[in-house]
Amino acid sequence: MRFSCVVFFLAACCLCTAHSAEISTAASTIICAPDQPGRAAGIHAGDLNIFHSASLPAHEIRELAWLVIAISAAIFVVVEGVLIWSIIRFRKSEHTAGDPVQVFGSNPIELAWTIIPCIIVFVLALATVRTIREVELESPPAGALAVDVIGHQWWWEYRLPGAVPGSTVVTANELIAPVGRPVWLSLRSADVIHSWWVPRLAGKTDLIPNHVNHTWFQAEQEGTYLGQCAEYCGTQHANMLLRVRVVSAEAFDAWIHAQLQPTAIDASVATGRAHFLQLACMNCHTIDGVSSGGFGPNLTHLMSRETIGAGVAPLNPQTLRAWIDDPQNLKEGCNMPSLKLDPAQLDSVVAYLLTLK
Amino acid sequence: MKLSEHHPTIPAEVSKTLGARLHGWAVTVDHKRLGIMYVCFGLVFFVIGGLEGALMRAQLAQAAGKIVDPATFNQLFTMHGTTMVFLVGMPMLLGMANYLIPLMIGARDMAFPRLNAFGLWLFVFGAILLYFSYVGAQGLYGTGAAPDVGWFAYAPLTNRTFSPGSATDYWILGIMVSGFGSITTAINLLATILVMRCPGMTLMRLPLLAWMMLVVSVLVIIAIPVLTGAQIMLLLDRSLGMHFFDTQNGGSSILWQHLFWFFGHPEVYILVLPAFGFFSEVIPVFSRKVIFGYPLMVAATVAIGFISLGVWAHHMFAIGMSPALNAFFAASTLLIAVPTGIKIFNWIGTMIGGQIIFATPMLFATAFLGIFTFGGLTGIMLAIVPFTWQLSDSYFVVGHFHYVLFGGTVFGIFSGLFYWFPKATGRMLSERLGKWFFWLLFIGFNLTFFPMHISGILGMPRRIYMYQPDRGLELWNMLSSIGVIVQGLGISLFVWNVILSLRRGKIAGNDPWNAWTLEWATTSPPPEWNFDQIPTVGSARPLWDIKNPTDPDSHQEVQA
Repeated sequence: MRFSCVVFFLAACCLCTAHSAEISTAASTIICAPDQPGRAAGIHAGDLNIFHSASLPAHEIRELAWLVIAISAAIFVVVEGVLIWSIIRFRKSEHTAGDPVQVFGSNPIELAWTIIPCIIVFVLALATVRTIREVELESPPAGALAVDVIGHQWWWEYRLPGAVPGSTVVTANELIAPVGRPVWLSLRSADVIHSWWVPRLAGKTDLIPNHVNHTWFQAEQEGTYLGQCAEYCGTQHANMLLRVRVVSAEAFDAWIHAQLQPTAIDASVATGRAHFLQLACMNCHTIDGVSSGGFGPNLTHLMSRETIGAGVAPLNPQTLRAWIDDPQNLKEGCNMPSLKLDPAQLDSVVAYLLTLK
Repeated sequence: MKLSEHHPTIPAEVSKTLGARLHGWAVTVDHKRLGIMYVCFGLVFFVIGGLEGALMRAQLAQAAGKIVDPATFNQLFTMHGTTMVFLVGMPMLLGMANYLIPLMIGARDMAFPRLNAFGLWLFVFGAILLYFSYVGAQGLYGTGAAPDVGWFAYAPLTNRTFSPGSATDYWILGIMVSGFGSITTAINLLATILVMRCPGMTLMRLPLLAWMMLVVSVLVIIAIPVLTGAQIMLLLDRSLGMHFFDTQNGGSSILWQHLFWFFGHPEVYILVLPAFGFFSEVIPVFSRKVIFGYPLMVAATVAIGFISLGVWAHHMFAIGMSPALNAFFAASTLLIAVPTGIKIFNWIGTMIGGQIIFATPMLFATAFLGIFTFGGLTGIMLAIVPFTWQLSDSYFVVGHFHYVLFGGTVFGIFSGLFYWFPKATGRMLSERLGKWFFWLLFIGFNLTFFPMHISGILGMPRRIYMYQPDRGLELWNMLSSIGVIVQGLGISLFVWNVILSLRRGKIAGNDPWNAWTLEWATTSPPPEWNFDQIPTVGSARPLWDIKNPTDPDSHQEVQA
């Protein structure tokens, strides 16, 4: 009797593992719907659900995740079921007298619940190794766009060295990427450890000082994908937000082209430009042909971005003015100090920055 | 068997002046008094750490919360984690073991009573040092700054460049000092269990709690010195300008992670194995049945101890380790699920066929089985490296480790407190209040920590003082925050229960639960010397043998 139970249990486990792929697919269809990510109703830019994957490595992870969840759920139901049954069945009643039969153990039963978990664990380990090999690439996929990501307290620097031969596009906080093409990220840090995590595109990879890490994604759908720093990195860890805009190949080329244009020199904002150079701004910020500070984001094409302060506010003339007036209001503890500009200086600097398109 | 009569010395104690009584506690080397002090200090810090957690939940109840500023929030989660691990988990568990182990193995005291007192006061001093930072430390934003680098204190954030002032040094020194206390206690427990057992108590007749504390002691002795060493290196970096973890001068931030987690993962088992020990005592007694598969339980405990030393890098799956290393640590982490699963099955196996009495200790034990199964399964998910590339450092992880450490360790502590309170005080805790407490804590716990798994899946990272309003996180965070209120009500009831029962609780007698281990053979509370005469045992359940002379366990042993 006992033996047959064990055999049955083993067989059930084998069946479960054999069919886990189907089970997981079914579960994912029921619970999270979008096999065509991005198209399904309810997915919006603010959606960071790890199961709403929209890129190759995130898909691979999602598949494996459902397999593990399916197996875990089966174990959970069995164990909790037995637990609840024993709670109900073996609750001491008023009528029983004396102690129950003392059972010291049973070798076959104990052997069964040692071996079965070993088998499950083995299956899971194999599946894990397979997915690690598919996701953790040693070298860039063919035709990949190379992007250097540098983490700073509390903003992101992006450098695209190879987009156009001979020149590097430098931008901050918002990555523009072409749809359907692999993007190979080389991750570094200027200060402490950060982690690059855009859940719908890829799992997280840390940015570690003195060490280059790599990750990649290949988005299938145009759109904006959000994320944020996932390794505690100090005061404003919460507002080190990530924004990846996936656009068509043509739009990407156009963007690259625009980023490579020198900044227009507009005589009407000469005062603001002068203030930018006289006040402390130029010490930290680069504007191509104007200044070369490296501590803060490159501002050469500031107004081509959607947000300011690594995503704390949408970028428009009002928020730009508020930010320069006192960044600590929008992002308490950030490394840009309040420069205490008088209103005239403030207006002129803002006017100048607004021309950096 | 009456191993101790009531002695007139105990009422005499009450007639002393308050000063003399306090002095008596301060200079005591009695393992029971030291144990009680450990537990009292632990409970105080449990309330403090809980309030820190509650403040965080208040801040996160709504998107873009404005109750505390970012610097304060970062201090809160650093202090919450540090407090709960080092000032609640360690002292409560080591303290309860301190109280119980000599009684359970039929010894008069620990092997080194004065070292024992030394360990307690080191812990207290370390705790005060850590909390003094709220008054005396210099931080990023002026004086009165508690540490704000996270309980894991990752380099190079702890470097002087990024964490100026002395707040981080308070963290280092406070934990280091209390760590020395833990090491002395572990050495003491190890020596006690190995050499102080009463006649007849072979290793395979040890109560399971003693077995688990034996393994825990070994783990403490292996793991804590690694942390202490790493902390000394960090201290040298910060105060003497060395460069172990100073990445701007060629130091390695990964080295800190390896050292910290080489301590940090065994630490998880250091925190949970004693709770397993409590449940291994509670579940058989309240099921009225001997533990199912004692030898396998012992083997599983030892296996957990071994494997737990080889899984640490699963905290580091996002640092870009090679596929081979990732696979190795995934496999070792998955492997540890096997002995842990065995324990769960053996406990359920003990309940099956029993006559289960759902007194408060058993309620906590049963709830633990359900909760820990869930926490263990989310642990499996976190062992799956690619899945963890999504889940690590998200709220899913916060949910997971609260399911194992709250549902395991804290539920274990409360189960144990309800079980052994009568032994330590001579009075029962109120069962009525206890059941209310249990249900409030159980519901509040699940309400707080289950939604965190969902927040994590929805992309919410840990250790953020605010989240954006457009992420669909409000509902789950609000539920978590409401859960804290329910838990708070429960904990208040517990405190009330203790105060009330100390004054007016039912007199317990020697053996209120009709149990089987040696501590129930002496008076409640036991005399300073524990037993008038050192007992001799013939099985793992000496009191069962006495209560059932026709069917003693020693017969079973002979047959086996």
